[in-house]
Amino acid sequence: MAHPAKAGALGARRRRAALFVATCRLFTWLAVVLLGVLILHVTREGIGWLDGGFLSSYPSRFAEKAGIKSALFGTLWLTSLTALFSIPVGVAAAIYLEEFGGRGKLSAFIDINIANLAGVPSIVYGILGLAIFVRWFSLQRSVLAGALTMSLLILPVIIMSSREAIRAVPHSIRQAALALGATPWQTVRYHVLPAALPGILTGLILALSRAIGETAPLIMIGALTYVAFVPSGPMDAFTALPIQIFNWASRPQAEFHQLAAAGIVVLLAVLLIMNAAAIIIRHRSQRDRAW
Amino acid sequence: MVTPSPQPTARAADAAGSPTIIQAHDLSISYGTAPAIRNLSLEISENRITSIIGPSGCGKSTLIRAFNRMNDFIPNVRMEGVIEYRGANLYGPGVDPVDVRLRIGMVFQKPNPFPKSIFKNVSWGPSINGHRSDVDGLVEESLRRAALWDEVKDRLRDSALGLSGGQQQRLCIARALAMQPDVILMDEPCSALDPVSTSRIEDLLFELKKQYTIVIVTHNMQQAARVSDFTAFLDAGKLIEFGDTETLFTRPKEKRTGDYVMGRFG
Amino acid sequence: MCALLSIATTIGIIAVLASETYSFFKHIPLFEFLFGTRWTPLLEPKSFGVLPLINGTFLVVVGAALVAIPVGLTAAIYLSEYAPDRVRSILKPTLEVLAGIPTVVYGYFALTFVTPLLQLIIPSTQVFNAASASVVVGIMILPMVASLCDDALRAVPHSLRQGAYALGATSFETTTRVVVPAALSGVMASFVLAVSRAMGETMAVTLAAGASPKMTLNVLESIQTMTAYIVQISLGDTPAGTIEYQTIFTVGSLLFAITLVMNVIANRVLRRFREVYE
Repeated sequence: MAHPAKAGALGARRRRAALFVATCRLFTWLAVVLLGVLILHVTREGIGWLDGGFLSSYPSRFAEKAGIKSALFGTLWLTSLTALFSIPVGVAAAIYLEEFGGRGKLSAFIDINIANLAGVPSIVYGILGLAIFVRWFSLQRSVLAGALTMSLLILPVIIMSSREAIRAVPHSIRQAALALGATPWQTVRYHVLPAALPGILTGLILALSRAIGETAPLIMIGALTYVAFVPSGPMDAFTALPIQIFNWASRPQAEFHQLAAAGIVVLLAVLLIMNAAAIIIRHRSQRDRAW
Repeated sequence: MVTPSPQPTARAADAAGSPTIIQAHDLSISYGTAPAIRNLSLEISENRITSIIGPSGCGKSTLIRAFNRMNDFIPNVRMEGVIEYRGANLYGPGVDPVDVRLRIGMVFQKPNPFPKSIFKNVSWGPSINGHRSDVDGLVEESLRRAALWDEVKDRLRDSALGLSGGQQQRLCIARALAMQPDVILMDEPCSALDPVSTSRIEDLLFELKKQYTIVIVTHNMQQAARVSDFTAFLDAGKLIEFGDTETLFTRPKEKRTGDYVMGRFG
Repeated sequence: MCALLSIATTIGIIAVLASETYSFFKHIPLFEFLFGTRWTPLLEPKSFGVLPLINGTFLVVVGAALVAIPVGLTAAIYLSEYAPDRVRSILKPTLEVLAGIPTVVYGYFALTFVTPLLQLIIPSTQVFNAASASVVVGIMILPMVASLCDDALRAVPHSLRQGAYALGATSFETTTRVVVPAALSGVMASFVLAVSRAMGETMAVTLAAGASPKMTLNVLESIQTMTAYIVQISLGDTPAGTIEYQTIFTVGSLLFAITLVMNVIANRVLRRFREVYE
């Protein structure tokens, strides 16, 4: 029988293999290049407009006078309230589901449910918020309504990432605590939770940074696009960074596009700080980790 | 004057005068700074079964993987010395490892069939080499040689993962045979199998050695004694003794060999 | 109790969408909605055929998939099979950063960079067009494809790769004919999840693709996606109870239904895939 390996074909196969690797590498670095282009473009467009006045003025019809003060404060209010609602609920739910939930049909159903909710488009959450918080609860277009809507949006993500963090804590720690006579709740409170904390924190920061960048749900619940004041209470109307950027970007004039770029630089800076914090926390905790 | 190396050089003292097909000269392999093989020299005879035995961690797997350049995949592995296959340096410049593996095949400890059909598992190797003619015939012959044909001939398109452990391992042997190698390396091929499957594969080896050279790593000394023509005993990376199996087991030259085969350690 | 909130949310979404959709369909026949080809709920004569919106969404999503799937899959292959650890530690965070950029930024990028670029190459490109939106949405979902495919590829046991190499296969042959086929269901599921994400994308398409619902296959024209329509209506003055208001919920229901089906299927496939390899 003829030998199954053709003598000359090896060279062609080797070349094909090399070509393949090169192509894969090229495409992968493409992603990096794209990121670089994006950031460069935005920075170049917006950097001219970025100054103290920009940060402290309200939007205006005149591009030179426009600023993002209201948007910045709006985002601040929004994020704080969102954190206030979503963090306790999300982490508590994660703890309950991981430590005290059973493995039965109900908990499996809840798992699937949460995973699906995480994949629902953000605009649908906006529609939900519109119907329930703005109209049914009569919260109108307030920061509160926005915060509640955003909380619902990021809750599945918080629950999923917190559960992962809790799950990553080795069983041996729980067993040791229980063997010393601790109740399940004490085990969680004094051993599991502190161990899972860095992972939970990282997940929280990432979820909140997602919330900061979301625009569609806020539009749905009626965040205004021209706001010349800073919210003074949860029931006030508001605007937010991404909304302001969107508003400026939708205008035809070039100056407003550049203003939008400046706004983006601020937004990206905020997100960068948050993500850097998350990475530092993850790094530190992995360094100190005993497992 | 050069003092002779304290390591025994293995010679194939075979009455039938079987030629050497693989030869290792003064081989040393280390992972980073940890040595795995030290100054090892060995000759593998053609159409014979050579077994490599020794306690855990003695370097058996490292040695066998060096023969078909599977160690290339491990980062920071360093090698000194020469391994020759039919007189040519396996690691010479311009030698393609892919080419090496076409002639020196391997069967692994845990059966690892592809998640494809039985037929495709056997035909995969030849097909990527551009082998177009009579694939069916090649598959059938390989499965027959692996003593698996009768059991699977009616379900060649079924998934290989549906076979039992012993059958999967024989499939892996068939898969290696389809490449028509000169040498088949086996890294503890029966350690994950039940005794019945093990003995079937051992019977298979006697048939296979008529056409192939087999190097088998095993921690099962009874298996080595039953099956192989020559045995090499390794300990802590060094070749302690090599020779005709019967001699090595009944009248070993080194005390350490004797201790090992009597089960006093390892 | 907190966990049950998730069930409440799901029920809430369904209930809210369903009730308004129901009212909508009291006025407009389902057939006309699903199969009509003119969508002008705000202009006289009013017409409520949703196909133009589906058309718009389809154009953007297909274009995005064309960008994200090849690049994402090859990037995943490179990351899991070839990249040295050092390179991987640069590339993975880069992908995560790409994934974290807010969608408005991508919309801005499409409008002010991609569209002018396209207009340079093909002068007939309109200011608002589906192609720019496709490109940036593709960039947006690329990290998702890469990350999920990378997970799927890494789940394939090393013993399979070793078996292939031992038969004298090159890395190309091993990767394309053993590893990827073994990871196929995971890879496919990741494609579906990414496409579903692309469907739900709002801000980039609103900024870049336009507000002209129409039936067309020309990606250089302006179109309107389902999501962009919802935004457009909300920015305007639509009192509650009117049929225009109800269109928000109806189109929203359609969007929710499609993405839900895709996600459920993909997640189930992914779950089964993980079970096989764990």
